[in-house]
Amino acid sequence: MSSNKKYWKSIEELNENSSIVELLKQNEFITPIPTDEFLGDKKTLESSSTSRRDFLKYVGFTTAAASLAACEGPVIKSIPYVVAPDEIVPGVPNFYATSIADGFDFANVLIKTREGRPILVERNHLAKHSGAVNARVHASVLSMYDKNRLEGPKVMGEDASWIDFDKKVSSRIEELKDEKIILLTQSFASPTTSELITKFQKKHPNIKHVIYDSVSSSEALDAFEDKYGIRALPDYDFSNAEVIVSVGADFIGDWQGGGFEGSYAKSRIPKKGKMSRHYQFESNMSLSGANADVRVPILPSLQIEVLKALVSDSYVKLPKHISVLVEKAKKQLKKAGKKGVIITGIADFDAQKMVLNYNQDSVVMDVKYPRTTFMGRSSEVEKVMNGVISGDIKGLISVGVNPVYSFPDARFIDAYKKLPFSLAFSMKEDETAVLAQIIGATPHYLESWGDCQFKKGTFSLMQPTIRPLFNTQQFQECLVRWTQSGSSYYDFLKDFWSDNILNSENTWNKALHDGVVKSKAKVKTDADTSIGNVLISEKRTNTKKPSGDLELTLYTKTGLGDGQHANNPWLQELPDPITRASWDNYITISATDAARLGLENNNVANGALNGSYVNLSMGETVINKVPVLIQPGQANGSIGLALGYGRTSSIQKEMQTGVNAFRLYKEFSPIQTVTIDKIQGEHEFACVQLHNTMMGRDIIRETTLEIFNTKNKHNWNPVPEVSKDHKEIAVTSKDADLWTSFDRSIGPHFNLSIDLNSCTGCGVCVIACHAENNVPVVGKEEVRKSRDMHWLRIDRYYSSEESFKGDLDKKENISGLGSSLSEFGDMENPSENPQVAFMPVMCQHCNHAPCETVCPVAATSHGRQGQNQMAYNRCVGTRYCANNCPYKVRRFNWFLYARNDEFDFNMNNDLGRMVLNPDVVVRSRGVMEKCSMCIQMTQKTILDAKREGRAIKDGEFKTACSAACDTGAISFGDINLEDSIISELVKDDRAYHLLAEVGTKPNVVYQVQVRNTNEA
Amino acid sequence: MKKVNYHNLSSQVSIILLVLTLTISNVTLGQGNTDAVAGESLFKSNCAACHKLDKRGVGPALRNVDEKYDREWLYKWIKNSQGLIKSGDSKAVAIFKEYNNSVMTSFPGLSNEDIDNIIAYTSLPKPEPKVTAAPVAVSNGDDGTIQNMVLAGFVLVFLLLVVMFSLVTRSLTKLSQTNGEEVEPEESRMPLWKAFAQNQFLMLVSAIMLLLVSAYFMYGFFMQVGIDQGYAPVQPIHYSHKIHAGANKIDCNYCHSSARKSKHSGIPSLNVCMNCHKNISEYNGEEDLVNGYTKEFYDKEIAKLYDAVGWDDAMQSYTGEEKPVKWVRIHNLPDFVYFNHSQHVTVAGIDCQKCHGPVEEMEIMYQYSSLTMGWCIDCHRETNVDLENNEYYEKIHEELSKKYNVDKLTIAELGGLECGKCHY
Repeated sequence: MSSNKKYWKSIEELNENSSIVELLKQNEFITPIPTDEFLGDKKTLESSSTSRRDFLKYVGFTTAAASLAACEGPVIKSIPYVVAPDEIVPGVPNFYATSIADGFDFANVLIKTREGRPILVERNHLAKHSGAVNARVHASVLSMYDKNRLEGPKVMGEDASWIDFDKKVSSRIEELKDEKIILLTQSFASPTTSELITKFQKKHPNIKHVIYDSVSSSEALDAFEDKYGIRALPDYDFSNAEVIVSVGADFIGDWQGGGFEGSYAKSRIPKKGKMSRHYQFESNMSLSGANADVRVPILPSLQIEVLKALVSDSYVKLPKHISVLVEKAKKQLKKAGKKGVIITGIADFDAQKMVLNYNQDSVVMDVKYPRTTFMGRSSEVEKVMNGVISGDIKGLISVGVNPVYSFPDARFIDAYKKLPFSLAFSMKEDETAVLAQIIGATPHYLESWGDCQFKKGTFSLMQPTIRPLFNTQQFQECLVRWTQSGSSYYDFLKDFWSDNILNSENTWNKALHDGVVKSKAKVKTDADTSIGNVLISEKRTNTKKPSGDLELTLYTKTGLGDGQHANNPWLQELPDPITRASWDNYITISATDAARLGLENNNVANGALNGSYVNLSMGETVINKVPVLIQPGQANGSIGLALGYGRTSSIQKEMQTGVNAFRLYKEFSPIQTVTIDKIQGEHEFACVQLHNTMMGRDIIRETTLEIFNTKNKHNWNPVPEVSKDHKEIAVTSKDADLWTSFDRSIGPHFNLSIDLNSCTGCGVCVIACHAENNVPVVGKEEVRKSRDMHWLRIDRYYSSEESFKGDLDKKENISGLGSSLSEFGDMENPSENPQVAFMPVMCQHCNHAPCETVCPVAATSHGRQGQNQMAYNRCVGTRYCANNCPYKVRRFNWFLYARNDEFDFNMNNDLGRMVLNPDVVVRSRGVMEKCSMCIQMTQKTILDAKREGRAIKDGEFKTACSAACDTGAISFGDINLEDSIISELVKDDRAYHLLAEVGTKPNVVYQVQVRNTNEA
Repeated sequence: MKKVNYHNLSSQVSIILLVLTLTISNVTLGQGNTDAVAGESLFKSNCAACHKLDKRGVGPALRNVDEKYDREWLYKWIKNSQGLIKSGDSKAVAIFKEYNNSVMTSFPGLSNEDIDNIIAYTSLPKPEPKVTAAPVAVSNGDDGTIQNMVLAGFVLVFLLLVVMFSLVTRSLTKLSQTNGEEVEPEESRMPLWKAFAQNQFLMLVSAIMLLLVSAYFMYGFFMQVGIDQGYAPVQPIHYSHKIHAGANKIDCNYCHSSARKSKHSGIPSLNVCMNCHKNISEYNGEEDLVNGYTKEFYDKEIAKLYDAVGWDDAMQSYTGEEKPVKWVRIHNLPDFVYFNHSQHVTVAGIDCQKCHGPVEEMEIMYQYSSLTMGWCIDCHRETNVDLENNEYYEKIHEELSKKYNVDKLTIAELGGLECGKCHY
């Protein structure tokens, strides 16, 4: 339709003779387009060899060539064995029992190997006390495939052969035969090694053996030795404890070697209306404190007073509010009688002695079969350090320890360089080895023979699971060669065992198969070969003069421990269970102190966490640029800092994180007095959890033991209700369901149960999941952008009131807009001493999965076994599923994480890729991934049963996380199997689904957390 | 990727030549006395495991053994060699030492007559080496020239005809012109292509047709991308499944033993080859002269095996020098596909041939099936699971028959089409 309307474009058009109107009619652009600017430079254009036509030719050719090349598959070569070993069937894993004893972690483990490559560490269930199979132990397999390892021995910085090495060592020892030489070793806990060191010392009487534990338990050992006559640590079985009082001991962490969470968790599940009560007096917020029923933040210097008050009747020096709680704890302990136990982490002989005396009748403490792992004696180590500095000591042979990095006195570094003889046995060119004249390259424990006695009367073997990757030799192998000719360490070990430990029942093959043997054999321990005597060694007590205004507690993190695994990307990226920050160590400080000192934590635009820097000084020692993280629950006037960071030698650039806190570890005491000064600049943290409180939401359900015992389930674990036709109905009822359900009653239907009572938040499952499912490491920058790839995360929540109950009450009482704004705002901030709760969250495998319905290409779909399946090859990366997931468990591959120099972690080198699980695909860029409920493991279990023609028994189905969980918090199985553990757990009164009100009907159930907080 | 014709339909010339050669090389065995025939069967059943006629095996070569030892000694030796050695017989001790003290099995069951027969067999003259089929090597190239020549002949004749035809027409026209007859000039008509071009409807239809046809072919082409059906690469050692699985009827699982218990069928390690090839150092089967698969050819391949595994055939011992063989992998599934051989071989009991084709007829191994997802799924839809003879399925079977009153179930109905069953 034509129109007569005329549209005016400007007032100028009214003027009929306007030249502008005419001009504009002709020219679209008034000012000429500056073509000259880019075409006028004739010279450049002419000198350019690529014309436009050429350019088009190239484009055309490359496109055609690329598409042609894509049509032709590459020729793939397969190279079978020439002579295949009998035990290897390609595609079928083999398992070997072995032990780890690296001087910090001691555990019996089972190694899964595929085609001769170790790929996974599991707990050895045949070992009753398997030690601490923690996150580090699970990740240790990757440390073997470390490209920065030493590939052979070195003499004076040059690669050498072992013959040259031997010659050099023996000539040096000969030269210095009248001088003092120290053999400084880790705790081996190995009977044969002790035997060999004895022989070595007999040959060279001038060589003294000193044991050095980088993180010392010396005072506890001294106290035990004083009381019971042998140098060892008491073992604890918390499963039958009724009252546990810990004074500064993070026993769920690494205290005295750790490994107590299994028995602790058993006492935490309410049985017959009873569960243990756990008091924790501590300064840093530790894992133990987070799990405690009553946690009391207290300055380190006051902890000894608490202990005194607990075992005697002196309350003089304690503030009133603390002495009340101490009194309560004391009453409880008295009531529990033999089932009460006090443990302490105070590095003080008297404190340790007090505890030993108190516990001597307790059923929780085991002194008959004590732990014989750590043996270090701080006073002797101190003498070695000072001897090297003063020049008294002429030679130092270090084995498995890194004194240049971990000795507190920085003067040691220069003194070590000037030593006439320095020999380091090390897996890597670490801070010590790089300065040593001679380096003996040692193999990883998975490439070594050995034996251990972690607990008196229980012996275990260490066997190689792969041939040495490099030209390495064990320290023990060298000792055998130096002390007796014509024999190998393997022969020595075998002979020693058949002479001392084995009998007709426990043969060598059985011992190798099981990994552990019980025997009453009397063998030498590290304590027998090393020098020092508790009666002579000065009983040190903490008589330090304060030199600062803040009390520092040094601790070790779940991830890096004492720093041996600093080059292990899995552990670097493992978020700290409490702070949820990865790739860093930092000062933890209370909010009050932070405000006083002007220290801040703030979130930047994308939510990432930033924090102030401080300079930390302790007398002469100053550590610059330490980031500060405000830690709820940190005792006012105290700060915390993790050991094990700040390593640089033979550490990849990306993993040179944090600051070295060992310089503050004066006199090997974790408690120091320091001052901090704020400096300019902001530190960028890689923190994976940015919202710290639950704000009264129904995420982690909890109740108290009293309510749990006395009230009906509906009071403390109600089914959420939804409204239908203005009537409230249960979300589980059929009317609330939009969908027709599949029949899942035939064949297996998998469910995963997570008991929030026994989950300690230790992070083992996260690493096990990493290893089993080829989960990539993305690096600090990406984690900061919330692009971490963990399929399984452990959320940690703080209460903003004293307790989570308080949060709930506060939320219930909010009325009106003004109140809700301010009070919800308040609830975002954690309390000064909050309750803490952990919740492992992985894909919930919803039966009504919101992700499945939004996928445009049906890449994610549901299996009848209950697993939400993800077909990577089908995924086009729309990320709709991740947006629609209420649990936020889907992870997107923003980049290619394998074979990409931008992500130079284990998947970027041939060695590191050897750890990949061949049964799980390595995902490519642009696809979504998530927990598969280890479908490769469930499918294997099913196939094995089919092949053997049998039904599947309860307990056969496992996922990586459930197999790794020592506390039994995660259990997995088939709910269609009658009387299976999981089918009972799903029906349990405590069972609930996360965000059940959404109606997703997950296949993961949680068990309500029960706290034993009310007075009994 | 070279595709090898497995059915070479080349000329008959070679077949004629083949017949000729066989006639020439017909060396007769039947000439010997009857003893030698009986001896041959005795030799093969008793001696051949360790002895060869002309070559050292575990024991010495036996041709004309009776010239070295007297017959009485041989009787004693064969019946109880250890006894003879213990008695201190110098010859016996010497031979025992020469062969690394390996004990010869005693054959007390053999009569002197039997031994005579065997010796008669070993005394047969060595057969003349077969006339090698030098003229047989008629290559495909020769074939081609012949065909080309025939083709050229045809073309020549055709051209000749065309020329002749035009000449005839011309002379006819000339003839008529000279006769004064008028040749009517042809009516000028619109050329066909122009008429076609002007008809818009026809143009449209044909354009659509053209597009559809090209789309069809394009689709077909792109669907072939990444599918290597028929892929038959040249392997570093020519291993003939036809000889091993076909002629010798060796069970597939003998070499591919891990197919029963692992996801991989496994390429056999060379020590498996040596289980048999320690004794089989030369090929004595049928020859396929057409394709050049002669005895020499196969013997060379066996020599390659010996070289790789480090076996010194003359000394009958391993040298320790191993050279792993880089086989070219034929069946390549992408990384994101999980396939388990044992599931199909052991649990389902499917014949290898179902997926791998007539392997026992393949001189050169090739990829028989397309290995596409559609191909997998088709089978999963059609195949019934054997629920009867596996205790694992007992409960499932029972419940299903109770619930749905069904007796047979396909894999798909048991969840075999779920993505996550094969992709993780």
